[in-house]
Amino acid sequence: MHRIRAAAAVAVTVSLMTAATACGGGSSTNGGGSNDSPKTLTYWASNQGASIEADKKVLRPELDKFEKQTGIKVKLEVVPWSDLLNRILTATTSGQGPDVLNIGNTWSASLQATRALLPWDAKNFGKIGGRDRFVDSALGSTGAQGKDPAAVPLYSMAYALYYNKKMFADAGIAKPPATWDELIADGKKLSKSGKWGLGAEGSNPSENIHHSFVFAKQHGADFFTADGKADFTNDGVVAAVQQYVGLMAKDKIIAPGNAEYAQNQSVSDFAKGKNAMLLWQSASANLTSQGMSADAYGIAPVPVQSGTPGTGTNVNSMVAGINLAVFKNTDNLDGATKFVKFMTSDGEQKILNTAYSSIPPVKAAQADTTFNTAANSVLKDTLAGSAAALPQVADESQFETTVGTAVKELFADAAAGRPVTTASVKAALEKAQQQMPKK
Amino acid sequence: MTTTATAEAAVRESSPGAAARGPRRRTGRIRRIGLPYLLLLPALILELLVHLVPMAIGIVMSFKELTQFYIRDWGTAPWSGLDNYKVSVDFDAPVGEALLHSFLVTVGFTLLSVGLCWLIGTAAAIFMQDTFRGRGLLRALFLVPYALPVYTAVITWVFMFQHDNGLVNHVLHDQLHLTDEPSFWLIGDNSFYALLTVSVWKGWPFAFLIVMAGLQNIPGELYEAAALDGAGVWQRIRRITLPSLRPVNQVLVLVLFLWTFNDFNTPYVLFGKTAPEAADLISVHIYQASFVTWNFGTGSAMSVLLLLFLLAVTGGYLLLTSRGRKAADV
Repeated sequence: MHRIRAAAAVAVTVSLMTAATACGGGSSTNGGGSNDSPKTLTYWASNQGASIEADKKVLRPELDKFEKQTGIKVKLEVVPWSDLLNRILTATTSGQGPDVLNIGNTWSASLQATRALLPWDAKNFGKIGGRDRFVDSALGSTGAQGKDPAAVPLYSMAYALYYNKKMFADAGIAKPPATWDELIADGKKLSKSGKWGLGAEGSNPSENIHHSFVFAKQHGADFFTADGKADFTNDGVVAAVQQYVGLMAKDKIIAPGNAEYAQNQSVSDFAKGKNAMLLWQSASANLTSQGMSADAYGIAPVPVQSGTPGTGTNVNSMVAGINLAVFKNTDNLDGATKFVKFMTSDGEQKILNTAYSSIPPVKAAQADTTFNTAANSVLKDTLAGSAAALPQVADESQFETTVGTAVKELFADAAAGRPVTTASVKAALEKAQQQMPKK
Repeated sequence: MTTTATAEAAVRESSPGAAARGPRRRTGRIRRIGLPYLLLLPALILELLVHLVPMAIGIVMSFKELTQFYIRDWGTAPWSGLDNYKVSVDFDAPVGEALLHSFLVTVGFTLLSVGLCWLIGTAAAIFMQDTFRGRGLLRALFLVPYALPVYTAVITWVFMFQHDNGLVNHVLHDQLHLTDEPSFWLIGDNSFYALLTVSVWKGWPFAFLIVMAGLQNIPGELYEAAALDGAGVWQRIRRITLPSLRPVNQVLVLVLFLWTFNDFNTPYVLFGKTAPEAADLISVHIYQASFVTWNFGTGSAMSVLLLLFLLAVTGGYLLLTSRGRKAADV
């Protein structure tokens, strides 16, 4: 009897330990990829369009085209932006992820550090036509400097200033603002009778980071030191964040209600004529889907402190965009590479970037006349001459959330009518810095 | 199963050949003793797999320096000794200070939420004791918040709490003119009250259901006797209803406490990944430490500390209540 019980206990323990090791050890993630399952691929696409259904409508015909060409069936899942990073983390831990996936280009270095993504060395780039096919600024957001990229650029975007032509004309403003002083002056003229000068997404950490980063560049400051250490409380960064939140707190050209926006409500407000200006990346498709005609708004470069946009302190956008990555442990390595080649081919680049009103990061496709419209030329010029990549450090993802959340709290203060001072900004950034992983 | 076993035993007892019974009886005994263990085995295995093994893994993780560099194969993460615990309880440094703040917010929130849930649930259950027209319909209505999927219910509240277009501000500001300006409910200090409202709205029907079940067990004669002695409604509630509900309430309060203290869904759907400071409940705080800042080791240490706290509270509570019960029995 005792022997039976002991044997049963041992059997249960051994089976559990095996299960635990399998769960935690992630033995399946250790593989370097294989071609065991050459006929299918799973693709996680980030939600780019107005809805998941809209994305499926864009992507499905292209994936069917790929199947016709190669005989490889692609299982598509469009993942909402808010879930994407967690899904990738879970897949990294369990080893049960897709074969190919979209990642936000600012996450490249963080995800590269997990070693779960296939490195794009010269050999792999060779399989998709070579590294030279891609625009340099887009390649700048594919991983840490000096390492093989963790992903390949798919869609490029840049921030621009969208302005409502009629509201500008009604307020007697002849041209879009080129500096922040002009923007504030115009904003004050426009902020009346329930309408506001500018829209913002105060509760969205990523949006907060993108703007804070640009303001910091314009103050000649960075959030990280040259050797990759967090440096969130230097004077330039504090002044930058204060200036950004000050658009609501001090200049009062952003509606206090925008402090709780996190679901692109400011885009809807702009489409409805509640805000006269919007700082957004590639908003055209979104605005069209909300019923705003393309001739109702103009697109201008994001303002700078003085002068014209350029490099250094006249940077006026981050290099925004989406990259395409391959999970290292894929069971269809060749198929995944073929799929990346297909998605980054000149023809597909034109189709996909037109559908998402983004700019192709592939040089040949970018040169196509389709992307020479007035709107696209502003975005293209920004990407080519005055955009900078967010810090390509392993802690970038944590930086986005900690500093983005600090700015969110500062917006909450502004909305409640509390002053946003140099000291309060510094304290919020100090707290964010302390939450960063210690080295 | 039991019926079959008993029947088999009865047949064996009545069958001839008593000399051959020895070994068979022993097999029967083994089967009788082994059967309960066998029946418990699936539950035991699941309990191990679902609770104990992950818990053990979590404890191991709390002693490791687990960041994005190691999550792909967390077993290789370097040991960090008690570092994660030291960081979590260093209340003078920002991480520990934020954890302490979150803990205190959670304690205050839990006490208020459980208290209100219990009060409203009990009042409603007592009110529903009397039969009246429409009682069934009202009871069904009361249970709606409990039956709704959490996400659907909470996201509806998110719409209602919105600053510009929300129903709450529309009623409080536009219609009743109770506030000078529309308030913010999803950011800033008011977020605590928004969270409390949703939590109570979601939690009280459970208290109502359990108290109502408890009320069914109180004999009607007690109330009749009390009425004959001239006891009023309040006296009957105080002297009969509440003491009779004591065992039910003990379990109810404990369950509500644990659920509320650990509630993740409500704040997460209401505020997203990063809750406002005033409503920074500990479950979301730990989630943030783990999944937002990718400090899985520190997040695990915080989880272990939370587990120890809840075990201590639950243990203390059970000890107190069982002592109380023993004293009452004497």
